[in-house]
Amino acid sequence: MTEPTLLSGRGLGLSFGGITALADVDVDLWPGEMLAIVGESGSGKTTLLNVLSGRLTPDTGVVWYRDPNGQLHDVHAMPAPALRTLHRSDWGFVHQDPRQNLRMTVSAGGNVGERLMAQGARHYGDIRAAALDWLAQVEIDADRIDDLPRTFSGGMLQRLQIARTLVTHPRLVFMDEPTGGLDVSVQARLLDLIRSLVTRLQIAVVLVTHDIAVARLLAHRIAVMQRGRIVETGLTDQVLDDPRHPYTQLLVSSVLNA
Amino acid sequence: MTVMLRTRALSKSFTLHLRGGLLMPVLADIDLEVHAGECVVLSGPSGAGKSTLIRSLYGNYRAEGGSILVRHDATMVDIAAADPRTILAVRHKTLGYVSQFLRVVPRVSALDVVAEVLLTRNIDLDTARDKARSLLLQLNIPSRLHPIPPATFSGGEQQRVNLARGFIAGHPILLLDEPTASLDAENRAVVIRMVQQAKASGTAIVAICHDADVRDAIADRLFTMSPYQDAA
Ligand SMILES: Nc1ncnc2c1ncn2[C@@H]1O[C@H](COP(=O)(O)OP(=O)(O)O)[C@@H](O)[C@H]1O
Ligand SMILES: Nc1ncnc2c1ncn2[C@@H]1O[C@H](COP(=O)(O)OP(=O)(O)O)[C@@H](O)[C@H]1O
Ligand SMILES: [Mg+2]
Ligand SMILES: [Mg+2]
Repeated sequence: MTEPTLLSGRGLGLSFGGITALADVDVDLWPGEMLAIVGESGSGKTTLLNVLSGRLTPDTGVVWYRDPNGQLHDVHAMPAPALRTLHRSDWGFVHQDPRQNLRMTVSAGGNVGERLMAQGARHYGDIRAAALDWLAQVEIDADRIDDLPRTFSGGMLQRLQIARTLVTHPRLVFMDEPTGGLDVSVQARLLDLIRSLVTRLQIAVVLVTHDIAVARLLAHRIAVMQRGRIVETGLTDQVLDDPRHPYTQLLVSSVLNA
Repeated sequence: MTVMLRTRALSKSFTLHLRGGLLMPVLADIDLEVHAGECVVLSGPSGAGKSTLIRSLYGNYRAEGGSILVRHDATMVDIAAADPRTILAVRHKTLGYVSQFLRVVPRVSALDVVAEVLLTRNIDLDTARDKARSLLLQLNIPSRLHPIPPATFSGGEQQRVNLARGFIAGHPILLLDEPTASLDAENRAVVIRMVQQAKASGTAIVAICHDADVRDAIADRLFTMSPYQDAA
């Protein structure tokens, strides 16, 4: 398997004052692959996601992104406008709190259409049709298209955020605890949606979660973080069924039916 | 005869860090060879490491010593040394596994649980579902259950869904961990027929099964394992 990676981080390190949030982290992601970053709260997962996506600059290390033409980009050396363009087109970011991504004063349809317009779409009918199609894909009724997001439940908001993110067919999506804070029944529906959409569209995903069951369901590979370091990586089922590192064994043993 | 799978000096132990780093050797010096069209049944008492061996062959447990060569396309891939993405490719095309228990996925119907492997091979939805439907019916899972996620199924029903899922893609190598443990005689007979058909079409099979009648019907050879302590 010598297929080139889509995204690679090497030697990533970042400290906040005296706190080491990341140390010596190497990450690889291949096209169409789902990689889960797991670990307890405070282990550095969100920091890693932010560094990989260029939202935070690391103290050490480099992140390479390979664009559709095969050209490599040092994510942290890209001019800000180029990085912004990347985030609006090839990349997507799904936050735990959808309000961080959605515009709460814009209708549901507008939220989805906006990303297309940012990419240059201008034809109103096409944009509205795409918004309708995406609302349907995330199981939001068509008659809610003109409603404001604040009238939506937590699960619907999260589904709307996913529609907004995927409408531009990104190749790479970063997700930070996408099911965190939702009821279990709502979580199951969202997980199923993410699983089927990502598989069908062959999107590469870096998924941060503290929930091992979520990683088991979605991810091809898993990286376990403890105190800013990756202590174990491998196929998801290998790492969860045959954990080697003491911390991974602790993590797995503390979950029912991991 | 074509060798489909061959282990050499395969060993596996577990280090239990939550038990003070206790070292538990389970497999040592396993040399197993399985040819196309042959079914090898692992035998030995509970705890002998039969499931551990099958899981190691699948790349689910990480072997520590030795090699696990699997015929994949035209090459032999060493599962014990392969990177994760290679293992996924081998599982996709070559290596099928029916685990002891079905792992249920919320909201996915029994039909789609079974059809899934075909869908990831870009076979169209209707064709995949037709094939899944006929396998489920063959295993006596009635149509009314097909649209329901198997989470609420009985143990025996889940096991049959798992079998349908494992057999649907026609993998050249199949690993079966107690596939008939909770089945009645009628369904055991169905599984025996399915295994015999797979063998006839050249599938290499490694199975664990405790029913003497099933074992006698499917095994070409027994591979006897004993718990590690006894072996020493
Ligand atoms: N902006 C920040 N300023 C100071 N400390 C931070 C900041 N962001 C994260 N940290 C610290 O870095 C560590 C890792 O945090 P984070 O990446 O959010 O972990 P996780 O997502 O795994 O819960 C924690 O100790 C956290 O308190
Ligand atoms: N993931 C694991 N972690 C630790 N020990 C394990 C694990 N899997 C199996 N074992 C141990 O390996 C030994 C063999 O188990 P197993 O392979 O299930 O035997 P069998 O299938 O022959 O009954 C048992 O002592 C079991 O506890
Ligand atoms: Mg976090
Ligand atoms: Mg067993």
